[in-house]
Amino acid sequence: MLDDFMVRASLAGIGVAFAAAPLGCFVVWRRMAYFGDATAHAAILGVALSLAFSMSIFVGTVIVALLMALTVSFLSRRGYAMDTLLGVLAHSALAFGLVAVSFLSGIRIDLMAYLFGDILAVSRSDLAVIWGGALLVILLICWRWSALLTSTLNEDLAYASGINPKREQLVLTIALAVTVAVAIKVVGVLLIAAMLIIPAAAARPLSRTPEGMAVIAGVIGTLSAVVGLRAAYVFDTPAGPSIVCVAAMTFLVSSVLKGVRSAR
Amino acid sequence: MSLVQVKDLSVSYGAQKVLSHVSLSVAAGEIVTIVGPNGSGKTSLLRAIIGAVKPIHGHVEHAQGVKLGYVPQRLHIDETLPMTVSRFLKLPSGIARTSIDQALTQAGVPDLTDAQLSKLSGGQFQRVLLARALIGKPDLLLLDEATQGLDQRGSAAFYQQIEQVRQDTGCAVLMISHELHVVMSASDRVICLNGHVCCEGTGTPAVVASAPEYRALFGTGTGGALAMYRHEHDHGHDHSDHIHDQTEATE
Repeated sequence: MLDDFMVRASLAGIGVAFAAAPLGCFVVWRRMAYFGDATAHAAILGVALSLAFSMSIFVGTVIVALLMALTVSFLSRRGYAMDTLLGVLAHSALAFGLVAVSFLSGIRIDLMAYLFGDILAVSRSDLAVIWGGALLVILLICWRWSALLTSTLNEDLAYASGINPKREQLVLTIALAVTVAVAIKVVGVLLIAAMLIIPAAAARPLSRTPEGMAVIAGVIGTLSAVVGLRAAYVFDTPAGPSIVCVAAMTFLVSSVLKGVRSAR
Repeated sequence: MSLVQVKDLSVSYGAQKVLSHVSLSVAAGEIVTIVGPNGSGKTSLLRAIIGAVKPIHGHVEHAQGVKLGYVPQRLHIDETLPMTVSRFLKLPSGIARTSIDQALTQAGVPDLTDAQLSKLSGGQFQRVLLARALIGKPDLLLLDEATQGLDQRGSAAFYQQIEQVRQDTGCAVLMISHELHVVMSASDRVICLNGHVCCEGTGTPAVVASAPEYRALFGTGTGGALAMYRHEHDHGHDHSDHIHDQTEATE
């Protein structure tokens, strides 16, 4: 079954959708959308460094993404304006990454594959990395769920319940770095933030509880991956962007549904 | 036996010192109100008690196994976060449905179980926050300007609820009031804070509340839940708007 590239691609897309759903909800609730973007953009620098030092791309991107996320959290507490800071860091990381890749003479890499993903070329070992990373993220978030949710609501409320919100922030940062690293192959660094935010945003009007929103986001993400891949196959369009397009259309539908419901 | 003891506490944010050498303690079952002008460190004191800020000097001692219930000053629920009242009350650890109903009843809002948090009015929201603080059966209830945004009638009703809770559960209450001179009449003690403890009054508010002038002023409308607090000291603070002469003016 895994011999079929479409099956491998679908499984890879579903794996990323599962990890991105609960994490994406926190990204939306905590207004961290640009934070996710910056972390994802930094990953291209990770790719360049991994190739330069010939280590696993997964390990390289996790390290660089984590460093980026920690830098952003640290600097934001120093009183920099968050949007400016993220604008500077996200785009310079991307630019430095692209420049670094060009220095790698002798290694010919397909830059497009890292920028927009190469889901149709997912191998069995890629699949193992994606599902391993996705399960790690899901377990981490399930384990810390209540503490994460309490810290997201209010930091002082968390302290009063004996929860350290700074530690929970670190948990999210690690989960984000791992998700970025596993999602590169599927949607590429430029569209990872879309896989985090769009399913969660599309799930919002349909949910009454945080858990419900995470589950519905997972369903929407999975559906987008499967339908998007199928569409890419039928219409001969790029796979990663097709998946994001389907997710965007579910967002449109759920927003219209919400509008209709509240108009009544 | 005191539940919480604050010993010689100093807190600063960067170069700015907000609390210096503050000492106070709260005994079981008593209601203590902290008043003080803006920026006097009231919220910092409460945050130090719950462990959200680290003091640069001194420390906070909690009695063995003491349970705190905290009602924050303001809680912004992001519109993107769907949350029912009952789910909110279950955070961070699972709690039985009966305890939820009981806490909501105690807080005076028994019918809100399935409402969305983002749809509540200011008064309802404060009561839900109170219910959440009560659900762990606290020994000490900490309230940070819990009546902010409520009108006088709403404040009075809220204070009556607190008094009722104290009677029912016997928990102590440490609350911050944003009003310098009008405090909850059930307060056993009033502490005036302005970076340090300025003055402390015991039993005063109850006496003031029963005065006929006071009744005439706030009388039946508030059910006697509010009281005037007379600040009994005369040293000045040139860096603040802390003017005690107003006490006379309002009385």
